[in-house]
Amino acid sequence: MPRSEITPPEKVTFLSILDHDGRLDEALEPAIEGDTLVRLYHCMLLARRFDERLLRLQRQGRTGTFPPIKGQEAAQVGAVVHLRDRDWLVPSFRETAAEIWRGRSLENIIIANNGFNEAGAMAPDSRNFPISVPVGSQLPHAVGLAWAAKYRGTDEVVMTFFGDGATSEGDFHEALNCAAVFQCPVVFVCQNNQWAISVPLSRQTRSRTIAQKAWAYGMSGIQVDGNDILAVYAAAGEAVERARSGQGPTLIECVTYRLGVHTTADDPKRYRSEEEVEAWSRRDPLTRFEKYLITKGVLQEEIQKKIESEVLAQIQAAVDNAERQMQNLGDPLEMFDHLYADRPPYLQAQKDRLATDLEGERGEAANG
Amino acid sequence: MAKLNMVQALNLALRQEMEKDDRVIVLGEDVGLDGGVFRVTEGLIDDFGEQRVVDTPLAESAIVGLSIGMAAYGLRPVCEIQFSGFSYHSFHQLENHAARLRWRTRGRFPVGMVLRTPYGGGVRALEHHSESREVYWAHTPGLKVVIPSGPRNARALLVSAIRDPDPVIFYESKALYRAFREEVPDDEETLPIGPPRIARAGEDVTLIAYGAMLRPALAAAQLLEERDGVRVEVIDLLTISPLDDTLLAESVRKTGRAVVVHEAPRSFGPGAEIVTRLIENAFFYLEAPIERVTGFDTIIPYFSREKHYLPGIDRIVDAVRRTLKR
Repeated sequence: MPRSEITPPEKVTFLSILDHDGRLDEALEPAIEGDTLVRLYHCMLLARRFDERLLRLQRQGRTGTFPPIKGQEAAQVGAVVHLRDRDWLVPSFRETAAEIWRGRSLENIIIANNGFNEAGAMAPDSRNFPISVPVGSQLPHAVGLAWAAKYRGTDEVVMTFFGDGATSEGDFHEALNCAAVFQCPVVFVCQNNQWAISVPLSRQTRSRTIAQKAWAYGMSGIQVDGNDILAVYAAAGEAVERARSGQGPTLIECVTYRLGVHTTADDPKRYRSEEEVEAWSRRDPLTRFEKYLITKGVLQEEIQKKIESEVLAQIQAAVDNAERQMQNLGDPLEMFDHLYADRPPYLQAQKDRLATDLEGERGEAANG
Repeated sequence: MAKLNMVQALNLALRQEMEKDDRVIVLGEDVGLDGGVFRVTEGLIDDFGEQRVVDTPLAESAIVGLSIGMAAYGLRPVCEIQFSGFSYHSFHQLENHAARLRWRTRGRFPVGMVLRTPYGGGVRALEHHSESREVYWAHTPGLKVVIPSGPRNARALLVSAIRDPDPVIFYESKALYRAFREEVPDDEETLPIGPPRIARAGEDVTLIAYGAMLRPALAAAQLLEERDGVRVEVIDLLTISPLDDTLLAESVRKTGRAVVVHEAPRSFGPGAEIVTRLIENAFFYLEAPIERVTGFDTIIPYFSREKHYLPGIDRIVDAVRRTLKR
């Protein structure tokens, strides 16, 4: 028998609504209320200015290593805006903008970046997972949450974020496969920012797109200009609605770029050119959105300036507040808490031992 | 009261907990229609449906990862990894997340899940189907490790594990699955996770074992009493971690001698921690060096040789006699 095509090849859609020259495809422009547009802008600007401030704090030795998000604000805020309070966010570690949208305080981020476990505390009804550092390992958790939400007969949706590097991990495959098999209400948002530390996308995959991997799992997939918040908004809106209405998971590939360092311990000059960074800087999601809002008449210069100064004041207040709070944090004995619901006797003994040592140190310091 | 083997006893625990609590979900490879390759989940899908007895894709990391998400949501997943030799595909999920999510979130997201998995040798299985690697999990702060030694305590401990608010690795000895039957009460029975139990009382030497090693330990104790007139106290550990050394130390303060038995390789094995605890808590009562009878520090050989690898009655008897001669 001859070879024959089993099924027609699936198509991968690329969506761009507001291109980097500011040209708008009016037919595709999503209907977003003016108030929401300003909130989106406010959050993106806050995340950008906060990122810049954290970088300065880190260089001054006032905060620890952290992963900047500069350039990825649209790909996060444009997606997470569709979640309701009862929905779930499962981030990796470079989704500060999405976390801020979901209510994580700037103080909390600063305190976490300063190495305090206390920052892990969250409201008892919080539906935002903590950051997950091992790449891709949070994806199965999102599927488990979504499985449970479906089992309980809710219309809750789970949105999880990860980078292009994560698509090489086994957990990416296992999670997407299970989500599709069980038709779980999950939205997988890939932040394809072109670099996994020093390794470019071409070393992660031979696929032309990451989005096309969705088809192999039997789920919807779409590639969008991740620096175009309107495109991210439109694609994520469809995906959340699909999940909420019981039609299964979606993979969204946001094509974006990490304009900054991988973390503050990284030197990108070792692996990528200034020209490349410069080219992507011209596609900045924030300035693009700002021009759109001004053209649309949603944002005027005075309002923009007002938002800018509000954001800077908010960041300054958060830094002051966090630095004040941190003076009272860091009790070493706290490391023993929350390991188990009940502390085993040997662990209590270890805690007691450290407490005694600390007493002794305090005594010596007082006497010395 | 019915006489059940360990497979049936575990099935009873799952069935009763599923009846009682709709948060309890069973998931894993072949756990549904097939009832599990060892039949521990047999018939559950008929009574509770595909919604609660979930045949998953062949993906151990996802099985554990999904369980973590389910537990964080508030369900009580009981996942099965078909053989412990395949659980290493999920190692990072256990070490990085199951063990830490409560701690990382200061209590917001506890991971009340059970990972059931068959372990150990003695059933003439293929490679990767016979090892005992409980120390991997026992060495991970945040996990609990439970290893029952017979049908009745297996049932009672599994119920406790399902109700436990923290992640429990539940090792089931393949060699014990159908080895013998015991009276198992129809009504609910639980055993606390933590304390070991005295399986046979004695005054002359303390013999510490768990899981499949309890039976040769008891047989050795019987033989030593009959032939040598030595009264061996046999302690069944039941919980490997968190290790409760109170009873172990009490026994050794009484006997002055101890032998620890496990299938796992010797170096850095469970015995290393147990012996250290005895030295810390009963050193001045010791009359002789403590002996270990364990698997060798090699890969467990294919089944034609496994009986030479696994601790047997003879090796245990020899070790006890050595400690008594000192």
